[in-house]
Amino acid sequence: MTQNDFVRQMRPGNSAFYDTRSQWNRFHCDIPMIVLLLILSTVGLLVLFSASGQNISLVKSQLVRFGIGFIAMIALAQIHPRFFERWAFLPYLGGILLLIMVPLFGIEKNGAQRWLSIGVQFQPSEIIKVSIPLLLASYLAKRSFPPSFKHVFFSLLFIAIPVGLVANQPDLGTAILIAIAGFSVLFLSGLPGRYLIFSSLSLAVVIPMGWLYVLHDYQKQRIITLFDPESDKLGAAWNIIQSTVAIGSGGFNGKGWGHGTQSQLNFLPESSTDFIIAVFAEEFGLFGVLLLVALYFALIARCLLISVRAQSMFGMLFAGSYTVLFFVYIFVNMGMVSGILPVVGVPLPFMSFGGTSVVTLMCGFGILMAISTEKNDMEKKRGG
Amino acid sequence: MDNHHPFKSPQFERQQFRARLFFGTSLMVLLVSILLGRYYYLQVIKYEKFMTRSESNRVLVEPIAPTRGLIYDRNGVLLAQNRISFSLSVVIERADDLGLLLEEISSLITLSDKEKSQFYKQLNRRRRPFESVLLKMDLSEEEQAILAVNQYHLQGSLVTAKLLREYPFGQNFAHALGYVGRINDHEIDTLDPVLYTGTLVLGKTGLEKKYENDLLGRVGYQTVEVNNRGRMMRLLQRESPIDGKDLHLYLDYRLQRQAYRLLEGEKGAIVVIEIDTGGVLAMASAPSFNPNEFVSGISHKSYSELTHSSELPLFDRALRGQYPPGSTVKPVYGLAALDEGVINENYRISDPGYFKLPNSEHKYRDWKKGGHGNNIHLHDAIVQSCDTFFYNLTNLMSIDTFDRYGSAFGFGQKTGIDMPLERKGIMPSRSWKQEARSMRWYTGDTVNVSIGQGYTLTTPIQLAVMTAGIASRGEMRTPQLVQNQQNILPVKRKIEISENHWNYVHQSMEDVVHGAKGTARGISKGLNYKIAGKTGTVQVIKIKQEEKYDAGATAKRNRDHALFVAFAPRENPKIAVAIVIENAGSGSSQAAPVARKIMDAYMNFYPEALGGL
Repeated sequence: MTQNDFVRQMRPGNSAFYDTRSQWNRFHCDIPMIVLLLILSTVGLLVLFSASGQNISLVKSQLVRFGIGFIAMIALAQIHPRFFERWAFLPYLGGILLLIMVPLFGIEKNGAQRWLSIGVQFQPSEIIKVSIPLLLASYLAKRSFPPSFKHVFFSLLFIAIPVGLVANQPDLGTAILIAIAGFSVLFLSGLPGRYLIFSSLSLAVVIPMGWLYVLHDYQKQRIITLFDPESDKLGAAWNIIQSTVAIGSGGFNGKGWGHGTQSQLNFLPESSTDFIIAVFAEEFGLFGVLLLVALYFALIARCLLISVRAQSMFGMLFAGSYTVLFFVYIFVNMGMVSGILPVVGVPLPFMSFGGTSVVTLMCGFGILMAISTEKNDMEKKRGG
Repeated sequence: MDNHHPFKSPQFERQQFRARLFFGTSLMVLLVSILLGRYYYLQVIKYEKFMTRSESNRVLVEPIAPTRGLIYDRNGVLLAQNRISFSLSVVIERADDLGLLLEEISSLITLSDKEKSQFYKQLNRRRRPFESVLLKMDLSEEEQAILAVNQYHLQGSLVTAKLLREYPFGQNFAHALGYVGRINDHEIDTLDPVLYTGTLVLGKTGLEKKYENDLLGRVGYQTVEVNNRGRMMRLLQRESPIDGKDLHLYLDYRLQRQAYRLLEGEKGAIVVIEIDTGGVLAMASAPSFNPNEFVSGISHKSYSELTHSSELPLFDRALRGQYPPGSTVKPVYGLAALDEGVINENYRISDPGYFKLPNSEHKYRDWKKGGHGNNIHLHDAIVQSCDTFFYNLTNLMSIDTFDRYGSAFGFGQKTGIDMPLERKGIMPSRSWKQEARSMRWYTGDTVNVSIGQGYTLTTPIQLAVMTAGIASRGEMRTPQLVQNQQNILPVKRKIEISENHWNYVHQSMEDVVHGAKGTARGISKGLNYKIAGKTGTVQVIKIKQEEKYDAGATAKRNRDHALFVAFAPRENPKIAVAIVIENAGSGSSQAAPVARKIMDAYMNFYPEALGGL
């Protein structure tokens, strides 16, 4: 394995910058990550301005959410990772409790109950997305590697509860994302290969069963639409047809900021939320898409680095699985909008308009920064 | 089944974790490659296709209907104009539930079955997205208000302003102008789809039909950028429509109105031709109908009333009514006999009240029992309308001669007036009979032809053209309603007859009105100008050899048709008039007074016509 070499090489390089960053490190700020987040947020706001049809008040409210997210991130970064490891079950339990409240007090939108309102509206399922890797990372970090059958069983149970609750809302997309977030922790913790084979086999059974008994008609329609978008031009497939037209018509160079006709003339539905990448692709072209993906990957690379360098097992697991989750967000969203995945309600990080996901996303990065600067603390102590 | 590793080694764990993370990272790179491949496929390989689709999404080409040309009478008075009218249509894409919407609309305003069925037919036709489908034309103010109030729950309905044809004189010009009506299913297949985009109506009859191409104009287009609701956001390009050409007619609305008024309660037709130009001054057919009803779609009930009426109000008698001309042809055949030289001004016959062909006992009766007496020459024969004199001509002239002169004055052929569906009547001849009846010609047929009966059929417009031809001493023009650049229509052919003969016939026709024995002498009272005319009374049923016709005892529909042709002023003729009144009785008592009133009206409107005296 050359991984160790890789890490070793980076260390001296990083130490070289150590002194210049000392001021920031005192506040547990990971500068490359903050810079990347700021760039992505700025791009996101600019695209949102165009996608919402030059709606400045929408952009302002998103800016406020970014502000709250950044503050939450910096605040969480100040807390020692051990604290998160110890109290990881709290956000999970809280999240489950809120999920149970959704069908009782929730607000219905588009035939699904996903929102709770306490002055502001938010989606409890978004909270679970972050708290699942947190809980599992904390649970498995204490146990031996690879996890025993008992631990795997309990982990699966921890995953199954929120997945079931969210799927019931119904919000299949988020349910799958939560499951992936959970499984990624299990996978990174060294889940033995036979479990992987077993789970693949059981998926082969569950998927047809799910098609027959679990999926709602509109969910089935979305999957059918994926394979034959022309089947129902004005119905379910409208979104996909319009978004692929938007993306395709952007070409390599794009139509320019604010000049995307598909989005500006409202042919593209959900243009400021789940389908915002179509607006981006239409206005900035493949060139823009490549740059954006490069930005995302720079952030992912930074997160992977944090994960690899993490001092504790918990830190490694959480950072690793959170990175996977972040990637899955991007992949599922860009995949569904471009028509290679079914349409599930997954926002694009930093781009899509939506409060809860922005704030929870930033909270996750806050914990990552805490993990990232933990090591520096120790080095600092060592150095001192 | 516990699967504990024998020891918990941080070094091993870290290695294990990194291996898995490396695997995960590789998977991410693979997946993102697929993703970028997809974007490359859409944005580079399929760029052209999606660019085109994006353009067609946003750009809509909308037709702008041209304004239909106006129709003016000779004085510049509007006979056909366009008024703003509001119509209701539906944009299918915007209606959530079409059935429900129609139900709601019909609960608010009345929709006829015809309107509904037309709507559904149009619905199934190919349309551009968001192109509205017409539901009801010409909403009343009340209907507009009801729809406006309920607009909020009639999502998809659309009230738009359009120009609609209007005929201010209604019935007076119904046959001459014709009318426009909604383009129907059969027409739509034959029309140029480009020229008629955005146009809802089409000229169906009369001038509206004949001059459709001029009146229509040329459709314009605007290219607009629309949003997903089909709302116009920006005008990209505009090509203005070219409005239809206006028509200026020879018709005089005052004379036309007078003519129609004179026919009130009767069935018949009046045609007035301006002799100097050949233009038609008035052309009325009665009974008439209101053409405005057709513009926005006539109701089934009204339409079937019109079509099933025994009076045939839709039938244009002036151009399509074919009547035996009766005695009104006598001046023509008189001219023929003079010109052929078979008789001269001194030629006389005695009239016992009937005529017998050589070697035949069949009596062809004169209308006057006992006859007109001895020493009847052509002048008397025209003035008193002596049938026997003309019967007698069959001994001197063959049917071919009658045919040649009749045809020269326009019988048996279309006058060529600028109207659709004109009938040509019949000028009997040997070949005509062979073709139409497969029978050879008998001299007895000629006897009937000589007094304008038998097989002879003429339309009122033909009679007017004939009269104008006589008045102008043989200048035959094609009658026209629409004035072109040259005001005076060209002479189509000149009938060469000696001036003396013209003078003789004109004098005879003058004496029909002004002579002591003239059949129309009743109308000469108080005349300050001279009318030359000829009466005609046409039998509708055959009267047996010894039977006497009694107008009072005969059912109205079997009564004679009254005819009168005339021109005035006699010395310098300005107008020629032909009048046919069905089942009215005799020409002298029923048709001639009508002609006098028309002449008076004309002289009143155009006093300069008398100035030459």
